[in-house]
Amino acid sequence: MDNSRSNITATAGILGAIVAFFAVVVLLFGVEATILQTLDGLSKGSAYALIALGLTLIFGTLGVVNFAHGALFMIGAFCAVTLSQLLKLSRTVIDETKTDFLGNPAQIQVPYMNDWFGAETGAAIIDWAVPLAILFSIPIMVLVGIVMERGLIKHFYKRPHADQILVTFGLAIVLQEIIKAFYGANPIPTPAPAAFSGSFDFGAMLGFDPNVIIYPYWRIIYFAFGALLIGGVFAFLQFTTFGMVVRAGMADRETVQLLGINIDRRFTLMFGLAAAVAGLAGVMYTPINSPNYHMGMDFLVLSFVVVVVGGMGSLPGAVLAGFLLGVLEAFASMGEVLEVLPGLNQIIIFLVAIIILLTRPRGLMGRKGVMED
Amino acid sequence: MLGLEKKDFRLLMIVVVLTMLAPFILNPFPAESALGETFNAGYPDLMQRFVIFGIFAIGFNILFGLTGYLSFGHAAFLGVGSYAAIWMMKLVTLNVIPAIIMGVIFAGIFALAVGYISLRRSGIYFSILTLAFAQMSYALAYSVLTPITGGETGLQIKATDSPLLSNLEPGEIGRANLFGMDMRTSFELGVGDWLFTFNSGYYIAAVFMLISFYIAIRIFRSPFGTMLRAVKSNQTRMYYTGLNARPYTLAAFVISGMYAGLAGGLLVAMDTQAGPERMFWTASGEVVLMTILGGVGTLIGPVLGAGAIKYMENILSKINKDILHEWFAILPDGIEDFLVTIIYPFVGKGWHLTLGLIFMAVVIFLPGGLVEGGQRIARLFGRKKTKGDGEEATQSTPAE
Amino acid sequence: MSKTDLTRRGLLKTGAVAGAGVALPTIFTAQSAAAFTNEPTGGSVTLGFNVPQTGPYADEGADELRAYELAVEHLNGGGDGGMMNTFSSKALQGNGILGKKVEYVTGDTQTKADAARASAKSMIEKDGAIMITGGSSSGVAVAVQALCQEAGVIFMAGLTHSNDTTGKDRKANGFRHFFNSYMSGAALAPVLAGAYGTDRKAYHLTADYNWGYTTEEAVKSSTEAMGWETVAAVKTPLTQTDFSSYIAPVLQSGADTLVLNHYGGNMVNSLTNAVQFGLRDKQVNGKDFQIIVPLYSRLMAKGAGANVAGIFGSTNWHWSLQDEGSKAFVKSFGTKYGFPPSQAAHTTYVQALLYADAVERAGSFNPCAVVEALEGFEFDGMGNGPTLYRADDHQCFKDVLVVKGKENPDSEFDLLEIVEVTPVEQVTYAPDHPQMGGAEATLGSCNPGA
Repeated sequence: MDNSRSNITATAGILGAIVAFFAVVVLLFGVEATILQTLDGLSKGSAYALIALGLTLIFGTLGVVNFAHGALFMIGAFCAVTLSQLLKLSRTVIDETKTDFLGNPAQIQVPYMNDWFGAETGAAIIDWAVPLAILFSIPIMVLVGIVMERGLIKHFYKRPHADQILVTFGLAIVLQEIIKAFYGANPIPTPAPAAFSGSFDFGAMLGFDPNVIIYPYWRIIYFAFGALLIGGVFAFLQFTTFGMVVRAGMADRETVQLLGINIDRRFTLMFGLAAAVAGLAGVMYTPINSPNYHMGMDFLVLSFVVVVVGGMGSLPGAVLAGFLLGVLEAFASMGEVLEVLPGLNQIIIFLVAIIILLTRPRGLMGRKGVMED
Repeated sequence: MLGLEKKDFRLLMIVVVLTMLAPFILNPFPAESALGETFNAGYPDLMQRFVIFGIFAIGFNILFGLTGYLSFGHAAFLGVGSYAAIWMMKLVTLNVIPAIIMGVIFAGIFALAVGYISLRRSGIYFSILTLAFAQMSYALAYSVLTPITGGETGLQIKATDSPLLSNLEPGEIGRANLFGMDMRTSFELGVGDWLFTFNSGYYIAAVFMLISFYIAIRIFRSPFGTMLRAVKSNQTRMYYTGLNARPYTLAAFVISGMYAGLAGGLLVAMDTQAGPERMFWTASGEVVLMTILGGVGTLIGPVLGAGAIKYMENILSKINKDILHEWFAILPDGIEDFLVTIIYPFVGKGWHLTLGLIFMAVVIFLPGGLVEGGQRIARLFGRKKTKGDGEEATQSTPAE
Repeated sequence: MSKTDLTRRGLLKTGAVAGAGVALPTIFTAQSAAAFTNEPTGGSVTLGFNVPQTGPYADEGADELRAYELAVEHLNGGGDGGMMNTFSSKALQGNGILGKKVEYVTGDTQTKADAARASAKSMIEKDGAIMITGGSSSGVAVAVQALCQEAGVIFMAGLTHSNDTTGKDRKANGFRHFFNSYMSGAALAPVLAGAYGTDRKAYHLTADYNWGYTTEEAVKSSTEAMGWETVAAVKTPLTQTDFSSYIAPVLQSGADTLVLNHYGGNMVNSLTNAVQFGLRDKQVNGKDFQIIVPLYSRLMAKGAGANVAGIFGSTNWHWSLQDEGSKAFVKSFGTKYGFPPSQAAHTTYVQALLYADAVERAGSFNPCAVVEALEGFEFDGMGNGPTLYRADDHQCFKDVLVVKGKENPDSEFDLLEIVEVTPVEQVTYAPDHPQMGGAEATLGSCNPGA
């Protein structure tokens, strides 16, 4: 890239800021709280980064403002819900010894899984619905992404951003209403396997008092999973021919096409990839918060902020901004901070976004001329 | 006439006639008929909302349609206008005019501050800056600013409020008025089975809308408007000709913020209540959608878009299963149930679905929004000359 | 100030102006034609059911709507009559209200004050509704109640738990059957003291808006009166979905109890997150760590799944109650819809019946007559034991249920078990209680509109 030098200075500046920030925080809140909130911020940040990464892939490759990206995240989560409900498909047995709320004999549901694999194995399979949904969701999400791109988005490459916003926003509403029609508006609990319940005691490991720095296993897994996925996407773009062509297409679409490469087909696949990334973020998120039909909209604004703070068209920027905002949000949520600055937790993300955009015109690592007109 | 070209004057006159006759146009069905009970929209509250959100969208279009700057936080100005207006009514006078003026002034000041900062960036960076300001306003109004904004429950006029310039009896709840005329006064006209309601509040709001519309036409046709279009088409070229675009865009931003404040003040004047969800990002998104749905950069488009969205929100959401069964009661039971099953997911609690589908349909099939739809119908009927704003719509390639 | 009125379709039914194509201006017809807003003149009367149909509370709204449809059926003499058979007042005949058939219109509050008011206004102005009821949040309840006061119709609140609805924002035309934050605090504190002792350190997480503030205050003051200490109270944004950064510091603070002053999606997420952290497996100050959710709702408990097991909270009503009224209601609701009603369905059903009964007893739809009939009205057989609609603030006073999440639920509805029915005396407060707006709070006078 042509702006590698400015990227290096930027990186140095950012590193310096990070060190200074942590020095202050440790002084103010002590080491334990700092470790704990940083950990939490990183785990939160990995969710932000994953969604923002998918959004940037679409922005960067296709130049499309995709307001339906949150809906993709939501559909991913509902892949997990669907799988868990499929695994729980049951036959009804009438139990005469018990009564239901109307005083009729109670109907007991016996999952087919229990019939097929025995009660213990069956229960274990149901328990592992969320990890299993990872496999289940990848083909579905890629397919959803490709259908969306071929069927709708393709026709909007040349259209103004305003039209893209309207059509993808409309699509997002339609998708979430369909989910609502099937699953209702209430959140649906989709827990992680029992093996991952509870927390890991970092404090005990690092020599602090026990029970002070604890963090749930599943969130640690989420963080690791997010980091792996992000790493995978980068490696894919960096080290494969496919990725190279896509990156070239991101930088200069026409030239790549003049070279006789069918960039459109690759961009379609990129859309599928972005959808899969958003979907996997959603699948893994279900044990953290029970999914509901509007969870995508809840994340939409935030993910746009993350992408823009990171800088338009920059994948590393999106990831960095995701983690940055996650960590800052975690610290702004502390009771000690809120006592001095009440309401800071309400606005921290936006406040940081404003400050960064005013000091760095194109976000943390944005490229010149992308989405600036 | 009125300093307008013939074509624009004709458009203005059409709008004048439409707004003045709205009580007739919006109540096309007999009041007691099944269609009338469902689809008639000529009741005061909805008519008021049509024109008020029309003002909001006209103002938004001055910024977005002319300069191409997409603000994603315009609802904040509407909210600030509402809060200013209701405090004016709570503290000083129940007359709506000072309240509305305060709404416009405060929204203008707030827009100046937000615009001054946000306009340092362009494109999506600008959009996110405006979004950030609006979301911060919303979040703070909902929580820590509760003493000023009433928080979740918002502000209403209470029996304990006694504005300086009004002589209320103790315990009397003050009502918004215009020199003594209550906003809710209505005049009813029964013609056969039809019933038409002429509401004073609506006509006051409509007059404000017409003035706003007139000013918008003047802005569109002025050298200032041309300058704003230049910002949209090629800002770099403007710099090279020695012009600084910032003062122009800032002026457009403040003007459109004041329009939003006017809409906010009018909302309070018609229904004395102000709450923070008016500033939530979905409210900002709504005005964007209204403008695009109607037709970006056209004069009449935003008003049409506002009307379409508000109509769906208020009419579709009220259709329930019973009403559907009533409609199809003549048909055989099987067909009746089938039709109800088919339609029910799109109305009542499913009205969002219809909204989403219409957004998609309009933008796919009518790239110029509802205005283009109107033009196509006009062309279909072989009229060579389309509506006054037709030329405007075709020449304005929407914001890029 | 000039006379005002709101549009009444009823006008046409009189036939006075239904001349053949003749325009008859009818300015301020209120003076001559009607004594109050939307006076029903034909053979039917229209009620407005304003519930959330979109947004996070849509399922709760759908349940409210089911209850209203059931109430209308019963009022018009259909079905098995439900609670009309157990209700202590026998004024209702099953022939509609005052002999007029009950019809209804529905609307979507979207759980937004503006949208709820727009919807309510369309019911009043266009559909001629004489009473508005429903809703699933206090912001909406306060806003619509104020609107009904201005317009001169009765408002029967749905699910609204904030003190403000019948506290500082009380209105003469508005009535609430649901309980409130103060009552939750007063009912919970003794049970908590019994279960967890009087020496506890509590950490509050509070939703950062009016309802959260009143609930935090109520729970704090009643638990502190029992000897508990409040270590910290941290506000969380309404739009927050992930509460981990708020829960992470809890153990470090030395607290041994976490109070989640959250409702709806906030509650589902904060409780899920807290259980995820394994807080309940920890020991602090030599005691087991505990979590408390002051306001429970079965629908929301369902969203949190197994995480509710063993967690205390309070609720207005639960379908497993065994009194005659509850049994009758559960039976007719369950038979019609196939699952037991939620507390939102219960309170809205009861409100609809109470309104109809008040009209019958008053012999008039006039809001002022209805207000008079409801004020100080004592009744029984509606599922909460003997209940009083207090005249001073239009709040119902009745027993409050303290419940606990079930450890091994039998079915997807069987999520809460009743721990104690707190008697009404224990949750009664003075009308000018400081948490209820103090001496300044006033109902004003009833407004019949017109």
